[in-house]
Amino acid sequence: MTASRRGSVERVVWPLLILVGFVLAWEVAVRIAETPRWMLPPPSAIVESFRSEYRLLLEHTRVTLIEVLLGFGLALLAGLVAGVAIDASRVLERAIYPLIIASQTIPMVALAPLMLIWFGYGLTPKILITALIGFFPIAVNTVDGLKSADREVLALLRSMGASRWMRFRIARIPAALPLIFSGARVAITFCVIGAVFAELVGASAGLGYLMQRAASQFQTARVFAAIVILALMGIGLFSLVTLVERLVLPWRRFMTDTRGNP
Amino acid sequence: MSTAHRSAAPPIPPSGESVPLDIRNLSATYVEDGTTLQALSGLTFEIRAGEFVSLIGPSGSGKSTLLDIIAGLFPPSEGEIRLNGHPYPTEARLGRSSYMRQRDLLLPWRTALQNASLALEVHGVPRRHAERIAASRFADFGLAGFERAYPAQLSGGMRQRVAFLRTVLADRPLLLLDEPFGALDALSRVALQAWLLDLWEREPRAVLQVTHDVDEAIFLADRVITLSTRPGHIVHIEDISLPRPRVRAMVTNPAFLDHRIRLLDALGLLRLPEPVSSGLGRS
Repeated sequence: MTASRRGSVERVVWPLLILVGFVLAWEVAVRIAETPRWMLPPPSAIVESFRSEYRLLLEHTRVTLIEVLLGFGLALLAGLVAGVAIDASRVLERAIYPLIIASQTIPMVALAPLMLIWFGYGLTPKILITALIGFFPIAVNTVDGLKSADREVLALLRSMGASRWMRFRIARIPAALPLIFSGARVAITFCVIGAVFAELVGASAGLGYLMQRAASQFQTARVFAAIVILALMGIGLFSLVTLVERLVLPWRRFMTDTRGNP
Repeated sequence: MSTAHRSAAPPIPPSGESVPLDIRNLSATYVEDGTTLQALSGLTFEIRAGEFVSLIGPSGSGKSTLLDIIAGLFPPSEGEIRLNGHPYPTEARLGRSSYMRQRDLLLPWRTALQNASLALEVHGVPRRHAERIAASRFADFGLAGFERAYPAQLSGGMRQRVAFLRTVLADRPLLLLDEPFGALDALSRVALQAWLLDLWEREPRAVLQVTHDVDEAIFLADRVITLSTRPGHIVHIEDISLPRPRVRAMVTNPAFLDHRIRLLDALGLLRLPEPVSSGLGRS
């Protein structure tokens, strides 16, 4: 117990120390070299930007966060529906699944200009790009997850007289959930990238828009502030999915354990 | 009428005497690499209520195939299977016997209690009620205090007992056990045999148990059916004369040894060729 706690503290402490060291070195180096602020602002200037412009940053963060959440929600819904449909139908598996996989050779962000043409500068194209990027890992992991159910378990359930739906509900969905959560974790970090890219292509609000405008005015500290927020957003959302997974799948904690007494 | 609701308990047979399992002239084939192979050929036997029958035979003799067919997972190529006197077609046999395989097949996301009550749930018992029924048997099965443990937290022997509780709670007139102790170490195996025997002697049911351990078969069963190599057919049926309740000391009983000799002989294990062939050896 104490040993594992110390282990988890160490896992946090070392990366944190390195990060702090890096930031300090950056600050010192920029001051010594007298690098112009528009080129590389010191971390203190970025902190100053957070302090004095938090209203502006907050407003654009809100826009991006909404895009990410709506896009991810859509990706989750569409990915689960597509995954279950492909699993349920041999025709769909043969016809649609290869196309979905092949579609991944198209860089989804390259569709952003098209979305702009079709849907304008509003929220819709951002949500669609974000959803398109998040869709694939969720759909594929749903298909794989549903397939991962133990064949012998399914035979056992059949021998009990369980219907197809019962086998799906009792064995196949729970077996798929860990993989679906892995897909969701990957998807939500992709979704942040998707939303920002869609904003860079054409937007009137959001962190991507803010960064582009700040860059064109050489307000480099503000660009860095937006990058820090995006990183925190990615980490935060990723952790949130992991937290939900722990709550929904409490049994997973024991799977890596050696046989212990409860 | 009788097929109206598959998950309902099988109807009581019309005659007073019930024969949980009656197999007549059963054959089975399977396809491997495009060729059809015979797995079982012309099996005929029955198991009466409260009778424990062991099935032994070399690997590949179709023992597990036979259980799959009885459970309703696969159709036979020929022959008839009657459960409590009813010649149900394959699909209609699903849910009418209770099947336990060598692997415990516990669902890792369900607690011991939820796993044990699984068959009841499938048979339509509301979850809460099913869990209450299962909980009332946990002590009997040496599982008291582990109701909320996940399978990953249990030892191999305990997991097997949860699986067995799940099998028993299904409350079907016929239990099909496919090497239930096969995955355990020798000590747990002996302990679980004794425990199963005790449980069965208190509430006898019709059991068909597959094993490849001759001693286990004799120790547990009323009758031991011996199958040949593929295609599996019955080469010998041994009625076990040991009295009940059985105790471990009986393995030294002369009658036990007699059964053992006859069964090993039926399996062809007493007629093995000499280790070194005579005369013809080349240097």
